[in-house]
Amino acid sequence: MATVMLVPGEAVPPLVKDPITKVQLVKYAGASGDYNLIHTDLETARAAGLPGIIAHGMLSMGFLGQFLVGLAGPEGVRRLRVRFNAVVRPGDVLTCRGTVTSVRDTGRGGRVVALEVWVENQRGERVTAGEAEVLSA
Amino acid sequence: MAVDRSLIGATSEPRTFDVERGAIRKFAEAIGDPHPAFRAGEVAPPTFPTTFSMAVPMLTIDPARVLHGEEEYAYERPLRAGDRVTCVRRIVDVYERRGRRLGPLVFVVVETEGRDLDGALLYRGRSTVIVR
Repeated sequence: MATVMLVPGEAVPPLVKDPITKVQLVKYAGASGDYNLIHTDLETARAAGLPGIIAHGMLSMGFLGQFLVGLAGPEGVRRLRVRFNAVVRPGDVLTCRGTVTSVRDTGRGGRVVALEVWVENQRGERVTAGEAEVLSA
Repeated sequence: MAVDRSLIGATSEPRTFDVERGAIRKFAEAIGDPHPAFRAGEVAPPTFPTTFSMAVPMLTIDPARVLHGEEEYAYERPLRAGDRVTCVRRIVDVYERRGRRLGPLVFVVVETEGRDLDGALLYRGRSTVIVR
């Protein structure tokens, strides 16, 4: 944590995730309680007009949660807001990226670091994007 | 029933969820987050409140017609194993937009507040779902 420079304009080290697998989507459905079958059943996904099963948007937001915890620790995440822009499919390789937009003192000895954050796929498309705030010493 | 602006203000009954160690571990494993505090099931990952599944008040829609547009969480502190979180969910906005490819779309904005047993705020959530 202490090695990451949280300075406005600076990019923070990316988090590259393993390729999305169908097993991961089944696990995420069970763990999250989101059993919408468009995430696990091809027939349902096609009937809904999708090209195939798609990942839960909340899974990519979960990756951003992991990314922020990597920067600030499990106690340090204050806010995360995202928009889901594009579908994620099994086989996609997602990378979490972020840039510091501002740093301000909390007045209680710490700092709040605001970041622009996004998840991009292997084609460089920002599938999920938004902003976050973390605490920093 | 129609999804329209008459739903604004519809509020759920409060519902209390127990944050369980095993549920935290399973959630962290599904995401692939190796943080030891999560794998021990002690602290919950930031997006864990998504596991508190509650029906959106007054809204009954075929899940295949719903897209997740946006999600926001603001935290007072992380959730921990043993927390009991009482959630209330409220529809705060409904509006229509014409999609580029999908035709008319209805956006429903739902806010959730999670509080501890003393009533102190733990987190706020704000979801935008798109009904096509």
